[in-house]
Amino acid sequence: MTETAPQDAAITEALSRKYDAGFITEIEQDQAPPGLDENTVRFISAKKKEPEWLLEWRLEAFRRWQKMKEPRWAKVDYPAIDYQAISYWAAPKSDADRPKSLDEVDPKLLETYEKLGIPLHEREALAGVAVDAVFDSVSVHTSFRERLAEVGVIFCSFSEAVQEHPELVRKYLGKVVPTTDNFFVALNSAVFSDGSFVYIPPGVRCPMELSTYFRINAANTGQFERTLVIADRGAYVSYLEGCTAPQRDENQLHAAVVELIAHEDAEIKYSTVQNWYPGDETGKGGIYNFVTKRGLCDGDRSKISWTQVETGSAVTWKYPSCILKGDDSVGEFYSVALSNHAQQADTGTKMIHLGKRTRSTIISKGISAGRGQQTYRGGVRIGRGAEGARNYTQCDSLLIGSECGAHTVPYVEVRNPTAQLEHEATTSKIGEDQLFYCRQRGLSEEDAVSLIVNGFAKQVLDELPMEFAVEAQKLLGVSLEGAVG
Amino acid sequence: MLKIENLHAKVDGKDILRGLTLEVPAGEVHAIMGPNGSGKSTLSYVLAGRDGYEVTEGSVTFQGEDLLAMDPEERAASGVFLAFQYPVAIPGVSNLQFLRTALNSIRKQKGEDELNAAQFMKLAREKAKLVELSPELMKRAVNHGFSGGEKKRNEIFQMAMLEPSLAILDETDSGLDIDALRIVSQGVNALRGTDRSMLVITHYQRLLDHIVPDVVHVLVNGRIVRSGDKGLALELEKEGYEKVRAEARA
Ligand SMILES: Nc1ncnc2c1ncn2[C@@H]1O[C@H](COP(=O)(O)OP(=O)(O)OP(=O)(O)O)[C@@H](O)[C@H]1O
Ligand SMILES: [Mg+2]
Repeated sequence: MTETAPQDAAITEALSRKYDAGFITEIEQDQAPPGLDENTVRFISAKKKEPEWLLEWRLEAFRRWQKMKEPRWAKVDYPAIDYQAISYWAAPKSDADRPKSLDEVDPKLLETYEKLGIPLHEREALAGVAVDAVFDSVSVHTSFRERLAEVGVIFCSFSEAVQEHPELVRKYLGKVVPTTDNFFVALNSAVFSDGSFVYIPPGVRCPMELSTYFRINAANTGQFERTLVIADRGAYVSYLEGCTAPQRDENQLHAAVVELIAHEDAEIKYSTVQNWYPGDETGKGGIYNFVTKRGLCDGDRSKISWTQVETGSAVTWKYPSCILKGDDSVGEFYSVALSNHAQQADTGTKMIHLGKRTRSTIISKGISAGRGQQTYRGGVRIGRGAEGARNYTQCDSLLIGSECGAHTVPYVEVRNPTAQLEHEATTSKIGEDQLFYCRQRGLSEEDAVSLIVNGFAKQVLDELPMEFAVEAQKLLGVSLEGAVG
Repeated sequence: MLKIENLHAKVDGKDILRGLTLEVPAGEVHAIMGPNGSGKSTLSYVLAGRDGYEVTEGSVTFQGEDLLAMDPEERAASGVFLAFQYPVAIPGVSNLQFLRTALNSIRKQKGEDELNAAQFMKLAREKAKLVELSPELMKRAVNHGFSGGEKKRNEIFQMAMLEPSLAILDETDSGLDIDALRIVSQGVNALRGTDRSMLVITHYQRLLDHIVPDVVHVLVNGRIVRSGDKGLALELEKEGYEKVRAEARA
């Protein structure tokens, strides 16, 4: 299904929006020269004082990667990436003596967050959120660690986890997303620099939302995050990931891997607000976001929900998925993706039903403006043993203007006749009548678009934790500034 | 308050208004009647500034200012309100959220302080009572899945909230049941005042039993062909438009 909005004079003009987070922080970088070979992998591993098994794991991934081809099946178009021109290691200089409190954090860094409207101390105080801020490749600030430690929750940077909880890392790393899963996973596995690690012990309900802010900063630095979240039997955790990056002329590659594992009766809620630099009006300079996110509902009655608000990046390639292995396990995917100007997004989810009576829900809301191109790619697979499995998919597209496009590519594979699948899809455009109605009531055209878009996305925004929902609403408005003229 | 002189307007290249002249002094209620397709809704859209409604000749002065030079939202802020013949739905946006955004953007444009949530809710409850709008409808998405009558009642609720100086009601009575007609009319009458003018577009005399107009105009073929007191509406009801049409042709 492909639709393009008809001509609409009121909303074709002026797609001119300035990127709010477009600034560069001057912090001295400890940076490796560009290029990628086995020595680069060894260098990174050594820098991080990793155990031998992890180095071997990386090298194995690297060797596999060398034999793989970059995937080109997605409906996105970008110039070839020169993997030898990228530097695979950068760390803020102050990493050597890690700050113990906010007072010790590089003021420049705090300022950066300030500009983004996410002052750490305020968030800590107001929302009780534990923040593990990833600045470039190394985690520089972690809070609420002690309170979490009291209940046995482990929330730390990936490198710390490797040093302090190697048995857990070794047990789970690559179990949901094998190194050979795809080209970008293999690359990430070889060169990942840092990320976050979460472990919730049996029966524990994590007492606060866990959150990470990612930023890409150093010029020509690829960012390869690795996130691993494990909820043990009967545990619950809500994890928030948000990101934004400064303005750049060169495209920057981001290839993250996120693995979630939910044991029996456990629940993981993973929310993302993604606001990386999308490039200018012509698409020049934006982030390439090639992410692999997958959750395994390993135990019976476990549940994983992905909620995402994607407004950034020049190119997005992302399909958070659930493997519903445990009987009665539940997978959910709630997504708002917005592409304005020359942004391209190919995103969706995969729900793989293996266990009995497994249920999944997919709610995808795509918004295209300017020349933005948006593809929903969703797969539902019902395995032979998935007696009584059910899926509900709802896929709505909203078009703003006449030059954008929305595409829906559903894949369904059913191997058990008792499964029930429902699929609904709609495409609409912001009507001149809606805009006029709002303006007649005193709203500016931009406020009207923002209101209508937020209404369209409401079902998904409602799934976000409170403080994130407000931010996401603001973001949708900001991302569409200048989408009508 | 409102002065329309020799107004000509086109839609999609087609002449709809052809030399319309009309004056509504402050505090008065004027009714506009006229056959289907005569240009009543077109007039309301031209006054509200809808895109695609091109004024080719004439002028509209509102409170001494050139109304046609303003954007739709500026007109709203300066006190023009249109109750739509076909109110538009905005899925996912609650009625209250919509109105609060509207009210505050109007206040902002006028240089007034925005209302906080508590002040706004107090006002909303008060005004909802006026048109007997249920709290459930206030919370639902704007006109989404509303019945025809509920939409019309909601328009009057919005009018009560925004307290315009010129209210244009385009067939607010159509689709209303007998009780709703009375309630909506009461709501409208409660808003009548020396500093507020109204243009009430309707097909039926019965509305004018409830909202008694100062003047009744008949619009035919894009022009006002007759004006008179409320007796004119009764006359039209009895005789239909044939006579005024004939007069207009003569
Ligand atoms: N977009 C358009 N393109 C062409 N003609 C139009 C357009 N919009 C309105 N018209 C025409 O303009 C004329 C006046 O329409 P308008 O809606 O103003 O009538 P009205 O007096 O409100 O009628 P009713 O009593 O049925 O509501 C009609 O003949 C209508 O078909
Ligand atoms: Mg009409």
